[in-house]
Amino acid sequence: MTPAIEARALARRFGEKDAVAGVDLTVAAGEIYGFLGPNGAGKSTTVRMLTTLLKPTAGTARVAGHDVADEAEAVRLRIGVALQSAALDPKQTGRELLDLQGRLYGLSKHDRTARMNELLDLVGIGSAIDQRIGTYSGGMKRRLDLAAALVHQPEVLFIDEPTTGLDPTSRIAVWEEVRRLNKEVGMTIFLTTQYLEEADTLADRVGIIARGLLVAEDTPDALKRSIGSDVIVARVAPSAADAVVAAVRDLAPVEGTEVSGHEVVISVADGPAAISPVAVAIAQAGVRVEGLTLRTPTLDDVFLHITGGRLQEDEAA
Amino acid sequence: MSTTHVRVQARSAGFFTDWRTVSLRALRLTWRDPEAFGPALAIPLFFFVVNVGALQSFVEGGFPPGFDYKAFQLPVSVAFAVTGVSRASSLVLDIQDGYLDRLLLTPVRRGTLLLGLMTADLVLITALAVPVLMLGLLLGIDVATGFLGLIVFVVIAGLWGLAFTGFPYAIALRTGNPTAVNGAFLLFFPFLFLTTAYLPQEAMTGWLATAVKFNPTTYLLDGLRALLMDGWEWDRIGKALLAVLGLGAVSFTLAFKALAGRVKRN
Repeated sequence: MTPAIEARALARRFGEKDAVAGVDLTVAAGEIYGFLGPNGAGKSTTVRMLTTLLKPTAGTARVAGHDVADEAEAVRLRIGVALQSAALDPKQTGRELLDLQGRLYGLSKHDRTARMNELLDLVGIGSAIDQRIGTYSGGMKRRLDLAAALVHQPEVLFIDEPTTGLDPTSRIAVWEEVRRLNKEVGMTIFLTTQYLEEADTLADRVGIIARGLLVAEDTPDALKRSIGSDVIVARVAPSAADAVVAAVRDLAPVEGTEVSGHEVVISVADGPAAISPVAVAIAQAGVRVEGLTLRTPTLDDVFLHITGGRLQEDEAA
Repeated sequence: MSTTHVRVQARSAGFFTDWRTVSLRALRLTWRDPEAFGPALAIPLFFFVVNVGALQSFVEGGFPPGFDYKAFQLPVSVAFAVTGVSRASSLVLDIQDGYLDRLLLTPVRRGTLLLGLMTADLVLITALAVPVLMLGLLLGIDVATGFLGLIVFVVIAGLWGLAFTGFPYAIALRTGNPTAVNGAFLLFFPFLFLTTAYLPQEAMTGWLATAVKFNPTTYLLDGLRALLMDGWEWDRIGKALLAVLGLGAVSFTLAFKALAGRVKRN
């Protein structure tokens, strides 16, 4: 079966800077692929190349079976894109915007009307659909943006930070729609997000991009397992972090350590068994601990393990 | 939620459908943008009334009887109304809001993104020219070429306004900067003041006479004045059309090259 997305050594250079330095990825048809990375890692540039907005400076990519550089129009007919900041026209009404999208994709009046009625359910803004978009809240705009990306029922849907700025209810509604599109229609979904929970919950596989390179790729569970079954997080003063690492690294259950600001993340095979010796070792080192937590690894821990930085901190910065 | 009961097939809509779609949006938004055309109508009406009130007696005194300064001034006011009108500012907003990207993600023919805006401009330009012309008629201007001449007058003025739109669009697409687009208004001044706006060409001397000679607006005004004051003088009308054509060739080349640069994905 032809992959929905296939990139080989995909690269984009701006002047002297490699925004994307050679990404290889394959997304199977019907898959939800989560693309994680901090600001400036190359996420948006990769998406812009895959969606034909930007030409690669090296490498190739095929989306829905067509080359993004040489068959851009064929790609555009088969993809839907909800960009990071809702790309809408504040002076049109929601209905006018959806209708215009349908016209540009060559849909008949009958099909546009039918699709509009279906998408109104997703947008979920009632009579506000006939008001100007400039009057919408951030959540309404995001949902309308997603609906606009779906007017022509694309094979592959790119959604860039789909729930940023949404309230919890709207966020869950978008998640449900993403799942439903994937399960019922088999739509392939390429999702970039800053919310690790979102990638964890929605994605079949996750790719982590840092400094323009794909540094890890697997299912969320496999990625988390790769750094140990459990993690112990010791919260200490940043100046004491090295002392904690020195105290615990040679303990038998400890598989690895990472430092991130006030936190020392200690990967262990068996958390309940390891927490006591770890606590004792830290105490014997004379380090004052503000908190000691045992939990299962998160994708953020994976990100820390691979890149040495927290994804969430980078996003917030 | 349910968003996929109806199966549809996306396809390229075709050049004319794209053009129509983009034009209709631009027209709709033009109507919702009264601040874009309110001053554009008020300013030429104001100048027409003030210029005629201030200079009519003085200028007509220097010409043989029968010279109508109102008819001489009317093309200037119409040129004021139609020159510099465009949706370039809204194009900049589309660039800044990311809406242009949304359009570029569709299979829309790229050229229609500009043609559609220009179509809306042409409608607005015509709508602005007509009331100014009507005011002149109400003030007693006798049109030498009759009703057909008025139609030709509006067509030439409309095409002139359209030809001028290329400049602000070129700036909008090159810079994506609203301040730069507003600065395009500066082009308006040499075009409309270094010309025969207030006095006939034969009354000009020195460097101004040279500037006037090379300003296409001079030939536009002369052609429009011929229609109002002298009759079907085809050489003057033809020169006006050539001036429109020349200006349009330059400005459209700049605008479509800027569009190509904006969408070339480099």
